Amino acid sequence: MNLPILSIVTFLPLAGAVLFIFIGRERENLLRYLALFITIITFIASLYLYFNFNAQTPEPQFVEKSAWIGYGINYHIGIDGISLYLVLLTTFLMPIVLLSSWTYIQSRVKEYLIFMLMLQTGIIGVFVALNLFLFYVFWEAMLIPMYFLIGIWGGRRKIYATVKFVLFTMLGSLLMLVAIFYMYSLFYKATGTYSFNIFDYYRMILNPNVQIWLFLAFALAFAIKVPLFPFHTWLPDAHVEAPTAGSVVLAAVLLKMGTYGFLRFALPLFPDALQKFLPVLAVLCIIGIIYGGLMALIQKDVKSLVAYSSVSHMGLIMLAVFALNIEAVEGAIYQMLNHGLSTGALFLCVGILYERAHTRLIKEFGGVSKQMPVFSAFFLICMLSSVGLPGLNGFVGEVLCLYGVFKTNTLFAILGVTTVILAAAYLLWMFQRVMQGPITNEKVFSFKDLRVREIVYLAPIVVMMFWMGIYPQTFLRKMDVSVTHLLNQVKKKEAIFTKAQKEKETLPPSILMESEKHTEDTEKEEKESR
Amino acid sequence: MTEIFWLIPFIPALSTLILAVFGQKLPKKYVSFQACFAVFASFVISVISLIGLLQAGHEHSTIVKNLFSWIHAGSFKADLSLQLDPLSAVMALVVTGVGFLIHVYSVGYMAEDKGYTRYFTYMNLFTFAMLVLVMASNIVLMFVGWEGVGLCSYLLIGFWFEKHSAANAGKKAFIVNRIGDAAFLLGIFFIFIHIGSGEFRAINEAIGGGEITQSLATLIAILLFVGAVGKSAQIPLYVWLPDAMEGPTPVSALIHAATMVTAGVYMVSRMNILFTFSISAGHIVAVVGAVTAVFAATMALTQNDIKRVLAYSTISQIGYMFIGCGVGAYAAGMFHLYTHAFFKSLLFLAAGSVMHALSGELNMQKMGGLRKYLPLTYPTFLIGAIAIAGIPFLSGFFSKDAILTSAFASGQYFVWGLGIFGAVLTAFYMFRLIFLTFYGKERLEPEAKKHLHESPPVMTIPLVLLAFFSVIAGYVGLPVVFGKKLDFFGRFLEPVIEHAHEVHLTLGTEWMLILISVAVAVTGIYIAWVFYIKNPQTPHNLVARFPGLYKLLYNKYYVDEIYNTLFVNSTIKGSEVVYDHFDLKVIDGAVNGSASATNFFGKVLSYIQTGLIKDYALIFLLGAILLLGYLLF
Amino acid sequence: MIPLSYFLILSIILFVLGAIGFFIKRDLITQFMTVEIMLNAANLAFITFAKSAGSLDGQVIVFFIITVAAAEAAVGLAIILLVYRQKKTIKSEDIKLMKG
Repeated sequence: MNLPILSIVTFLPLAGAVLFIFIGRERENLLRYLALFITIITFIASLYLYFNFNAQTPEPQFVEKSAWIGYGINYHIGIDGISLYLVLLTTFLMPIVLLSSWTYIQSRVKEYLIFMLMLQTGIIGVFVALNLFLFYVFWEAMLIPMYFLIGIWGGRRKIYATVKFVLFTMLGSLLMLVAIFYMYSLFYKATGTYSFNIFDYYRMILNPNVQIWLFLAFALAFAIKVPLFPFHTWLPDAHVEAPTAGSVVLAAVLLKMGTYGFLRFALPLFPDALQKFLPVLAVLCIIGIIYGGLMALIQKDVKSLVAYSSVSHMGLIMLAVFALNIEAVEGAIYQMLNHGLSTGALFLCVGILYERAHTRLIKEFGGVSKQMPVFSAFFLICMLSSVGLPGLNGFVGEVLCLYGVFKTNTLFAILGVTTVILAAAYLLWMFQRVMQGPITNEKVFSFKDLRVREIVYLAPIVVMMFWMGIYPQTFLRKMDVSVTHLLNQVKKKEAIFTKAQKEKETLPPSILMESEKHTEDTEKEEKESR
Repeated sequence: MTEIFWLIPFIPALSTLILAVFGQKLPKKYVSFQACFAVFASFVISVISLIGLLQAGHEHSTIVKNLFSWIHAGSFKADLSLQLDPLSAVMALVVTGVGFLIHVYSVGYMAEDKGYTRYFTYMNLFTFAMLVLVMASNIVLMFVGWEGVGLCSYLLIGFWFEKHSAANAGKKAFIVNRIGDAAFLLGIFFIFIHIGSGEFRAINEAIGGGEITQSLATLIAILLFVGAVGKSAQIPLYVWLPDAMEGPTPVSALIHAATMVTAGVYMVSRMNILFTFSISAGHIVAVVGAVTAVFAATMALTQNDIKRVLAYSTISQIGYMFIGCGVGAYAAGMFHLYTHAFFKSLLFLAAGSVMHALSGELNMQKMGGLRKYLPLTYPTFLIGAIAIAGIPFLSGFFSKDAILTSAFASGQYFVWGLGIFGAVLTAFYMFRLIFLTFYGKERLEPEAKKHLHESPPVMTIPLVLLAFFSVIAGYVGLPVVFGKKLDFFGRFLEPVIEHAHEVHLTLGTEWMLILISVAVAVTGIYIAWVFYIKNPQTPHNLVARFPGLYKLLYNKYYVDEIYNTLFVNSTIKGSEVVYDHFDLKVIDGAVNGSASATNFFGKVLSYIQTGLIKDYALIFLLGAILLLGYLLF
Repeated sequence: MIPLSYFLILSIILFVLGAIGFFIKRDLITQFMTVEIMLNAANLAFITFAKSAGSLDGQVIVFFIITVAAAEAAVGLAIILLVYRQKKTIKSEDIKLMKG
């Protein structure tokens, strides 16, 4: 069987969306079931990827490469130990998200589902693209459905929120596009061939001064996405105004695109510039952790509380990425998955509350546990996962991240550890004000506990939380080789730079390293020479 | 015999799982039966393991069972690996033994409560977490248990979560604990970086082999101790424990007297080689313990809530345990932990019995003269009080004496002095409690008096058993005056706890010290008798003469208020200010400002778009002229 | 021979007159006429240069320009007619639909 499985995983949602054109918009339930079916099939297909993933090699797998537009713009996709889990996270969460919006979205259901499916394709495309141009196309492509999702089905300030989100993100992406083209021209000058292939770019050794600008452009685009302080202000607005499903996808997956971008591009392509900016970036991360936590503490709206908690968590993830050792980076990737699950779950819980109360203000709640005991149990587990209680997924990621950071810089780790206290403070206080205490608002008496559908979509997340917390080996072992390879790449290039600095060489804008792995061409050469 | 020891934590775990998923559908009688049985089964296995250990002798006293590799990334490795040795065996016995009695007691105490099943689920979960904590063979797994008991504390303190005060108390406990945990985590990181492994055996070998410096050891020890300060409610992180009395009384007995709060003492004992190596850390532990012992005892003097007195008493007694550990007498500290588990849980359960009899009253000023109505509760309560006061022949005497003697022997006279002073206070406040509750004029509420009744056997039998142990438990660790051979407890712990200091005191000094301790205890009881039986006006007169001092003590030195203002409110207010003025005005302002600026420029530029053909043509022309000019010149 | 520069100067004068006229006149038809003048000025310039260079290219271009002018006149006048039907005015100041 030589199915292009990765393309199937990427484009199945979009293809499914095309089917929608032929079904009338009144048949809402049929549409919902069809969308659910498509996303579940995609998830099962992605499981195939997981089970057939070779964890021994850092090479990308399930690679598909075919010429597209020419001049280096090819259709080139593949996954490795870093992107595998991000793809799985996306395909895992999509059916859950669709289930959660079953009754929440009542108007223009067809368009909504089409946008969600388009969004899924865009997101997966970002994670699997190995051609920089293709990456950029997908990066921009996922903005469009998100724009509509927030802008049409969002809350009171939806237009402001969605325009802010799109323009802010695009600002970064445009600078990144300029950087991409500049690298493209550098590559052409060095080799005479056109290419957007990242593996070709990995081989380039760029002059440090050139690197600085390129790095800044890429870093800005990703920093806005993550979001790093001070580029975070789009996040509270977008998260709060988006419909529940939109918030979940936004928090759980979209934010990871930023961190993924750092890992895949900014780190291996520009290690020297990275070193120069490392102190600044690390400080921004620390500020993000503490600032995000403090802001979360005082929010009056549950959703914006969770949004700011995202800023705090992502700060820790980025800090771990910048620590550049295997414990930290594995911890960071694990935290990415954790954050996806726990924050996604928190948004789902908030959505459940909102569907009943039609308000998200904390003071309108109180004593909900009495009325909704089953929900209370789920909400408690999700909250504890976000707090990082051992036994659940959050702890494993947090401890690896903090340890990795500690290995590199003790002070930053000490500052980062405060998140342990802050997260407990803002989450437990919120839980107390919303769920515990006496019932003060009449409306709470009319809340019904979880329906079967709601349990069906919350339960898998909770199961994963326990699984990831108790037996993380399932996930960690497949990352080892890819992460080590990435770090080695960074270190090798750094070595070249320090050597050049010592010998006071000035490097040309770009030269090429020998590639250590076989490309298709060298393989052919070898075959012919035998 | 010892191969099955690893089951000890997992039986309660299994019980928790069953109760969590199916609990609501199971009959109440079965729920309590399963919960109690699970703990009892663990107790039985603990006993079997203990016998196995005793038989195995000194050389084979540490057995480790690695169940599976849990977290492993790079150099950070933590396995799910359990360890059976004298120290963990003692703790396991205390946790499961006392825990079992408290579970049985709860069957009666919580009988009317709607959350019956939830209660037993949480209690089993706690037992599981506590057992993981004491049986972990590496520090990361211990931390898992550490946080796990913190979680259960949160859930059980806030058990009656519809009450604001209970929910608040639970949250406070968790957050204050977390402050200690942050430090603990940093300690763990330092250990991994410099020693390379979290396994206790590896850590001890590394320290013994001189792989780390004094200063590093001190740093790690202090960080870990801060964690212990949070968990074991010492200064300055003790503020959550008094509030924790919001929870059901059996919870206070189990978690906030016998087991969870003693986890810090266990941890320090487990890391005794580290703490001994770092001399300054030992000093700090002892001093913090001593100061806390006295500080908490002073607050217990004026409380009217019967449970609060016991809470402050617990904080104080744990201070004693830390004194023991701090001066190097870890066995003495552990010994006090062990005896304290019996008499303190007895005191709490007996207090619960009193409250149950009075339909929930906990204000001692509304009690009095109860001893004729509570024929079982009163004597058991009294035994607990005598034990804690340190009267000879009961367990408390042996353990407290061991600690004070070691403190004196190590030359830390200041610590010893505080300990003695604390002993006076302890005897005083305990007997104040006894006299106010069981003697004197009856000051009961009429409603309470109507329903006054002794508790059912399911509650009084555990009381009797605990009283029994409060008397005899001390005899496994007789003071050194009687010869080292009779210190079974200390000898049993030897393989784990290196005897860093031998107690070298003359026989005469030892007897002197014992006499002083006894005299001090008797003095305290006498003063209480004078205050509350002989001259009941004395407290009022004293309060009238020193109103300021009384207010200070009664309001617990205003520490809660200080913390609230200094930390909680300032953080919240500060964050609000930052949010309003920085996040919204500056950062968002920049974003919105750039939008406004763009808008503005757009408007300015739009003046060119007048809609008139002439103007457009003019621009055409000008542009053409410019272009021409550029091309020509 | 009349010097070439005279023709060119005439051409320039015509062009400038046309341009100024375009900006001074207030009604569309007259503005249109000024545009025609400008076109013819260009024509003149082209013919002059064609003659001086001795090639016929310039004259061919003139044909193009005349054709274009004619077509433009037709279309332009049709537009003016329609505008008049809508707005009842041919004063160019009143036609400001594209303002902003």
